Amino acid sequence: MKVLAALSGGVDSAVAAALAVDAGHEVTGVHMALMRHRAPTRTGSRGCCSIEDASDARRAADNLAIPFYVWDLSEDFEALVIEDFLAEYRAGRTPNPCVRCNEHIKFATLARRARALGFDAVCTGHYARLTTDDAGARLRRAIHRAKDQSYVLAAAGPQGLQEVVLPLGTAASKAEVRAMAERRGLPMASKPDSYDICFIADGNTAGFLRERLGERPGPILDETGREVGTHRGIHAFTVGQRRGLGVPRPAADGRPRFVTQIDAAKDTVHIGPVEALSVEGFVAVDATWFGPAASGMLPCEVQVRAHGLPLRAQVTSADDATRLHVRLATPMRAVAPGQSVVVYAPDPARGDLVVAHARIV
Amino acid sequence: MAVYLDYAASAPLRPEAGEAWAAACVPANPSSVHAPGRAARATVEAARETIARAFGADSAEVVFTSGGTEADALALAGIFHARQVDAERPHVLISAVEHHAIGHTADILAARHGATVTRLPVAADGIVAVETIARVLERHGGQIAVISLIGANNETGAAQPVDHAVALAGIHGVPVHSDWVQVAGKVPCDFDASGLAAASISSHKIGGPVGVGALLVRRDTPLVPVTGGGGQERGVRSGTVDARGAAGFAAAALAAGGHDLEALLAPLDAAVARSGGAAICRTPPAHVPGTRLITVPGCSAEVLTYLLDREGIAVSAGSACTAGVVGPSHVLAAMGLGDEATSGLRISVGWGSTSRDIDALIEALPRVIEIARAAAAVPSPREGDRR
Repeated sequence: MKVLAALSGGVDSAVAAALAVDAGHEVTGVHMALMRHRAPTRTGSRGCCSIEDASDARRAADNLAIPFYVWDLSEDFEALVIEDFLAEYRAGRTPNPCVRCNEHIKFATLARRARALGFDAVCTGHYARLTTDDAGARLRRAIHRAKDQSYVLAAAGPQGLQEVVLPLGTAASKAEVRAMAERRGLPMASKPDSYDICFIADGNTAGFLRERLGERPGPILDETGREVGTHRGIHAFTVGQRRGLGVPRPAADGRPRFVTQIDAAKDTVHIGPVEALSVEGFVAVDATWFGPAASGMLPCEVQVRAHGLPLRAQVTSADDATRLHVRLATPMRAVAPGQSVVVYAPDPARGDLVVAHARIV
Repeated sequence: MAVYLDYAASAPLRPEAGEAWAAACVPANPSSVHAPGRAARATVEAARETIARAFGADSAEVVFTSGGTEADALALAGIFHARQVDAERPHVLISAVEHHAIGHTADILAARHGATVTRLPVAADGIVAVETIARVLERHGGQIAVISLIGANNETGAAQPVDHAVALAGIHGVPVHSDWVQVAGKVPCDFDASGLAAASISSHKIGGPVGVGALLVRRDTPLVPVTGGGGQERGVRSGTVDARGAAGFAAAALAAGGHDLEALLAPLDAAVARSGGAAICRTPPAHVPGTRLITVPGCSAEVLTYLLDREGIAVSAGSACTAGVVGPSHVLAAMGLGDEATSGLRISVGWGSTSRDIDALIEALPRVIEIARAAAAVPSPREGDRR
């Protein structure tokens, strides 16, 4: 196959590309330039946006003796990931830009361009497994469960994940991946993992949001509806947040307070005790199903955060299967609107299988 | 065999330049007074004389640098600062289509040294109007520290009216520098006859080694150093001279010329003309031989260069490249090309180019354009499946 390997400059994508080469594919490396103005060097643990990262990706391609190009996808990234990120915070929701990037850039813009240019598949360094059956792509958790990234891939849907290869889905551990990089002399074998949001150069998300969204003050209300303080903009808050509330006096009971709700229409931030965060279920929309949509009640596991634990639940779908009613077996804390929910149904033959992705409202 | 059509970026090393580089006698630092030092110095000076002769300068007018960029920066900043000594002359006059070596140096002068930079606009053909130069000189004449006007643009080959600029500037006593990097070796260059205060040349654009260039500077040109050091090269460019590089550069300069690059490109011009608008050749009325800018409406230069590279044909997109990212070209934007500014391919030939290279490009272009168009027509998620 002709394979386009997305190379971020990190160890995972480099080893994934190496494994694609080993598998006998004709591999071409592409580094996506997602920011028009990029820092010359990497700072902290941000992913792939500096020129240093692009240079690492190039050296990986040199090491693998494959052609290498940098493609400027910054326009789409700005429009589909950064603007969305801002709009979601503006609306009082909590977005996951990595999910958006997979959904709209890697497995959309990049994959479509790759297809148009004659590539048979796109290869990335994500930890997840893909299989194809008559109904299209099926997504499963990675063998290396602690690194599993099926959660951030699910939004790409069965269409987006068609003709995608994820060689690291079967890797036993990150240590094994690093060892493979080391053996091949890949320069990024010991490069730190990235965690932070790649497009926020200093890691200061609140500062970034303030700069891009400005200030829009409003009241902070306690569980009785009493104003206990003011804020400079709802975008500085996320449901479940405890720090930085700026509420001067402690609650009457002396216990900590958390953000329980954000109302964008009224610019209000609601706070309350930890119990107020507890939810027994939620509704999610824009569901994308891998395979046929479940009818009736589906016993399953749901995950609502990239590194969150899966929770036992029952999901019922409505509205042409685009709307999911999720009922949790045991209550959980802090579910924020805007978060992705990924529904996993255990398949006796194949293990945990992603059956749907939807967005919490 | 690979087809190389990117001479304007860097020419392959000429065999004679490689041999001269390897054979150069450089047993010591050319500034040393002992015998090995004198031998190294002799290598440098012989190279200087050859280069001076090749470009119509005196050998005392050749200041070796690390390349065209350093020569440009030294000229613009060095003349600018020297011209502040006896009077306040904050204006720097350049064109909108300079190489970044001039454009970004001018930006630095503006940001840190109080300069006021005026960029002369170009017409749709990429050439500055002489009347515009005259008008700006009329308005600011006495306050202009330096004018820099590129001899030929690196993306389009457009030749600028440098002679006119020199004549007009002379009335106001303003020194003129010209970036000759894309001119040298392609047309006869006579520095002394040019009336220029300074001109930049680069070795690797004419088949010499990379990492060496020169600023041709008239003896009476006001010029101060912009970096400090041991005072080599007339005290304006400190640092040990790369004697070996200078020898290679001189050999390339000696060998340059003699190729009819326009005749080589004629079949490409004809093929583009026959394409029915699929590709458009943006050849300016005045241009140096060997460079063609072709825009391909509806296609991205990033994709076109990729597809050609896949076929073993090396051409370049806009010249603005940072870590491999093809940015929109300021030159094409200055020409008012708008969206087409990201669809430009630069084809450039030189000493080793053959008609087989051009034939290979002509054969591949229609096929590549078809694929690039299909890739561009892929719906963007913005219109498509965004929820």
